[in-house]
Amino acid sequence: MTKVTMIVNGKSVSAETEGRTLLVQYLREGLGLTGTHVGCDTSQCGACVVHVNGEAVKSCTMFAAEAEGAEVTTIEGMANPDGSLSVIQQAFQDHHGLQCGFCTPGMVMSAAALLKDNPRPTEAEVRAYLEGNICRCTGYHNIVKAIMAASGQDVAIAAE
Amino acid sequence: MYAFEIERPKSLADAVAAIGAEEAQFLGGGQTLIPTLKQRLAAPSKLVSLSGIAELKGLRMDDAGRVCIGGGTTHATVAREAAAHYPALAALAAHIGDPAVRNRGTIGGSLANNDPSACYPAAVLASNATIVTSNREIAADDYFEGMFTTALEDGEIVTEVRFPIPQAANYQKFAQPASRFALVGVFVAKYADGVRVAITGASEQGVFRWSEAEAALSKSFDAAAIKGLAADADGLIGDMHGTPAYRAHLIGVLTGRAVTAAAG
Repeated sequence: MTKVTMIVNGKSVSAETEGRTLLVQYLREGLGLTGTHVGCDTSQCGACVVHVNGEAVKSCTMFAAEAEGAEVTTIEGMANPDGSLSVIQQAFQDHHGLQCGFCTPGMVMSAAALLKDNPRPTEAEVRAYLEGNICRCTGYHNIVKAIMAASGQDVAIAAE
Repeated sequence: MYAFEIERPKSLADAVAAIGAEEAQFLGGGQTLIPTLKQRLAAPSKLVSLSGIAELKGLRMDDAGRVCIGGGTTHATVAREAAAHYPALAALAAHIGDPAVRNRGTIGGSLANNDPSACYPAAVLASNATIVTSNREIAADDYFEGMFTTALEDGEIVTEVRFPIPQAANYQKFAQPASRFALVGVFVAKYADGVRVAITGASEQGVFRWSEAEAALSKSFDAAAIKGLAADADGLIGDMHGTPAYRAHLIGVLTGRAVTAAAG
């Protein structure tokens, strides 16, 4: 066992890990941050997306040891400091961007990564960026609407 | 996964030294190796992660005008930073996997793995790129030795890939609908001394050059030049997604599209 230290949602944290401990296990089992979900465990579905040094990654397909010293942001770090929902989270609520909610943490983290690089994406760019995030309720239209709204754009989307 | 130790050296020299152990293996971005470990298809005693080595990351231009990409450079970085120098290569990198995968996966990892459906091998072979390792330089024509097989020896690391910049180039990928890997991918690159055409996704032997198309396109860089040519279906992959004949047909279609896009 080796102690791995990183900054998660602004706080320095440490937990004992094996070489094979995945980042998602470190977050969920080591730190108790169970907002990050494991859907497929094969890097297809995106429910486990977190940010490592500002970049979206699939935390089921990265070892905890590789995030030593990194700044990690999870869904638990997305709300405003006063506890109210962030713009993206509020947009997901307003536009019913979730059904069962299982994929939502990954969707929000991917949306945040997209809007950081591309603050006013087109609908096509939103859909392309979500290629690695699967919603098994198939609630994509409202997810796309929520992200468009969070970027301050019109949410009119033809298909309902 | 079986248990293993993980080391994260900070320099290339330390990585080469660390790999000495029996059953040790390098870890690039892990986007192929980690799923493989989860399925218990590999059982290394130690992984030597290359992700902490700054000297393996980034792009530069060399004196010969080649764009040189560090082996540990992610697909996302290539998509962003190669666009000004070699747009067809940047576009290829921008369509590997999905955004989160592109933030981890590396060019060196892709080339060391040599998946028969990976995109990068097509760009490297069509560009006649040079693969620089911790020991030597290897020409693309000598590097790819078959499915998941390369000229790399044990303990050898891809440190840089040097791409001569073509006059015109384009990559066409026909994505397998579930995995989004290339069912067939064709990279066409036109240089002053001729045209090179590399095909991925199609062959049991991994990436290969379509020499008949290269000869025709070197005479006339126009999709019409390959109209009468048919790729040989012998040795092509046949599976639930497509027969060898279907893949052979796709090779012709995608080569034509790539030439039209590159010429336009």
